[in-house]
Amino acid sequence: MSPLLQGILTVVIGVGGCIGYFWSSNLVLDKVLFPPRGPNAGQNINRANAIRPWLFLLPAMAALGLYLVYPVFGSFWRSLFNRAGTDFVGAGNYAALMGDSEFRGALFNNFLWVLFVPAASTFLGLLVAQLTDRLKWGNIAKSLIFMPMAISFVGASLIWKFVYAVDPEIGIINAIRDTFGMAPVDPLQVDFWNNFFLMVILVWVQTGFAMVILSAALRGIPEETIEAAIIDGASPVQIFFRIKIPQIMGTIVVVWTTITILVLKVFDIVYAMTGGNFGTQILPSYMMEYMFRDDGRATAVAFVIMIIVLPVMVWNIVQAKREVH
Amino acid sequence: MAAATDDGIAGAKSGLSLVTNITVLLLVVLWLVPTVGLLVSSFRDRDAISGSGWWRAFTATSQNFAISTEGEFTETPDGWTLTGNVFGPDGSGDVSAFGGRRSEPNAFAPGETGELVRGRTLTIEANGDFVYVDPDEEEPSRTPSLYVATEVPPTFGTDNYETILFSNGMDRAFINTLTVTIPATIIPILVAAFAAYALAWMDFPFRGTIIAIVVGLLVVPLQLALVPMLKFHNMIGIGQSFYGIWFAHTGFGLPLAIYLLRNYMVGLPRDIIESAKVDGATDFQVFTRIVLPLSFPALASFAIFQFLWTWNDLLIAKVFLPSSAESWVMTVKIADDLLGSRGGDWGILAAAAFVSIAVPLLVFFTMQRYLVRGLLAGSVK
Repeated sequence: MSPLLQGILTVVIGVGGCIGYFWSSNLVLDKVLFPPRGPNAGQNINRANAIRPWLFLLPAMAALGLYLVYPVFGSFWRSLFNRAGTDFVGAGNYAALMGDSEFRGALFNNFLWVLFVPAASTFLGLLVAQLTDRLKWGNIAKSLIFMPMAISFVGASLIWKFVYAVDPEIGIINAIRDTFGMAPVDPLQVDFWNNFFLMVILVWVQTGFAMVILSAALRGIPEETIEAAIIDGASPVQIFFRIKIPQIMGTIVVVWTTITILVLKVFDIVYAMTGGNFGTQILPSYMMEYMFRDDGRATAVAFVIMIIVLPVMVWNIVQAKREVH
Repeated sequence: MAAATDDGIAGAKSGLSLVTNITVLLLVVLWLVPTVGLLVSSFRDRDAISGSGWWRAFTATSQNFAISTEGEFTETPDGWTLTGNVFGPDGSGDVSAFGGRRSEPNAFAPGETGELVRGRTLTIEANGDFVYVDPDEEEPSRTPSLYVATEVPPTFGTDNYETILFSNGMDRAFINTLTVTIPATIIPILVAAFAAYALAWMDFPFRGTIIAIVVGLLVVPLQLALVPMLKFHNMIGIGQSFYGIWFAHTGFGLPLAIYLLRNYMVGLPRDIIESAKVDGATDFQVFTRIVLPLSFPALASFAIFQFLWTWNDLLIAKVFLPSSAESWVMTVKIADDLLGSRGGDWGILAAAAFVSIAVPLLVFFTMQRYLVRGLLAGSVK
């Protein structure tokens, strides 16, 4: 059977199964277990209503538990064992990581990524959001800058590999250098700075995201505050930095952290552009080097990423709890 | 006071509007240039791409050719002479320069008589007619190679797309991507919708805690799940397969789905839901008849997200699908196969990239409204 047919069949079975589960479990609850009739009708209704939310939640919680909660512990446990998974090595994998200069390089590079990409994307996104705010063709401009969001990181890498091509008749960077009489260089092999040439790709993708959200936040600023500032004689620059920025600070933080989390997930760009060579390794691509070869080492890297993400996770949970109450 | 306000805004506008327009225009051009470059190149053949940059693709370009002449030398007072046309007996073209050595194809202008080594001379007219004279005593043993530069009009074609789609396995990869994407987009929606309804409109203990956990799970790095879940898939017998990747995408997509849908459902008017319940509707009926249809915009937002994410994913596909060629999705095909085997063949690579980008771009431009709404619901809270 062709995989596509198999896929369509899976959709039918999956969707049918879900509907069947929800429908029949509700039916069993209402008609068989706690029918709202007879001497205990009132009590039965209460009992049914106490159980029903869990019926609704069960499939989602099972999937979340299996695919996201269990792996946090499963990976950590696995990272304490050797390559074959037979011998307990304690912190051995972590010690090996610390002793590996490639890992330390990846950690340092990831630090650069976390510093640069969210900052640059948020800044550019804010700039575009503010500049296009009152422009007649602002929506078209925003749509075009937003477009890279739809492109895969692999596609984006290919697009930029073409920009960075060494041949001045192919790569536009070297073509520009050529017109100034400079010799062609391979941007991906320029020591240290090649990391930034890779980051540019992610900034190119993520600026649209930052722009869309910050643009909505800018529009949500109450007009009165701006009008009052104008009356008091504030210049446009002052209005932007003293009135608008403070009011959307919360959104800027959300955008910043969202992109930070993304940075720690993206292995595609480094994988497709340099394969981690020329000193451009980062943690996600370093992990993929060990995936399938040394699960102990791979899970240890994954857990290091988890530890880096942890503060953001805690902050998110605290915010969410505050919101619900 | 109103006048002052108007003046202020008007003043700000006129003073900055030109600068603003130009800055935005520059940014947009900067953002588009990389994509446009690759798009243009996907329609050019290999020689055209390496011959001239894509930014000159629309103007006639000068291309150098080496021509191996044929024919017999005839003896003339000047020496052994060979005549003919560089474009062959039937061809035609426009010579812009010529030379007798590979290193100097632009040494002489058409119509000039060029002095070559050892007293040989060469004349090539603009229409390609050439006269080659060798003053040597003996008849030259072989005919010379000539080097000419010609003006080539820009040519575009879909050859790259035909190559990549019909002889390179990209069609298979396209189908595979589609196969991964459809179930991985539809199934989480349904599972998440029920959970989101419970979290939004039902009252039960630990509700706040569960919501907080879902929010926390939004940022769990997927890398953690790779090793344990692959082991789990091997244990239950599905191994690396489409089933595995469907389950994985469903699991990984759920936190965002539940979060987005719950945020939307919580904002639905309370009156509608309560009056339906007063009329005797069960939660199941309220959900399927009222909440689900009203939540369409949020469902669409998440569907677009999940679609783009699963279509563009490389990591999960590399880990949860078999590594054999027949189950490669497009991202894997490009990253692991084409970039290596077709490394320098930019026309093919560009065409492959645009085959993989086309569907997401179409979805993006037709459903941008829902995408933006989803982003906002997910972030501005």
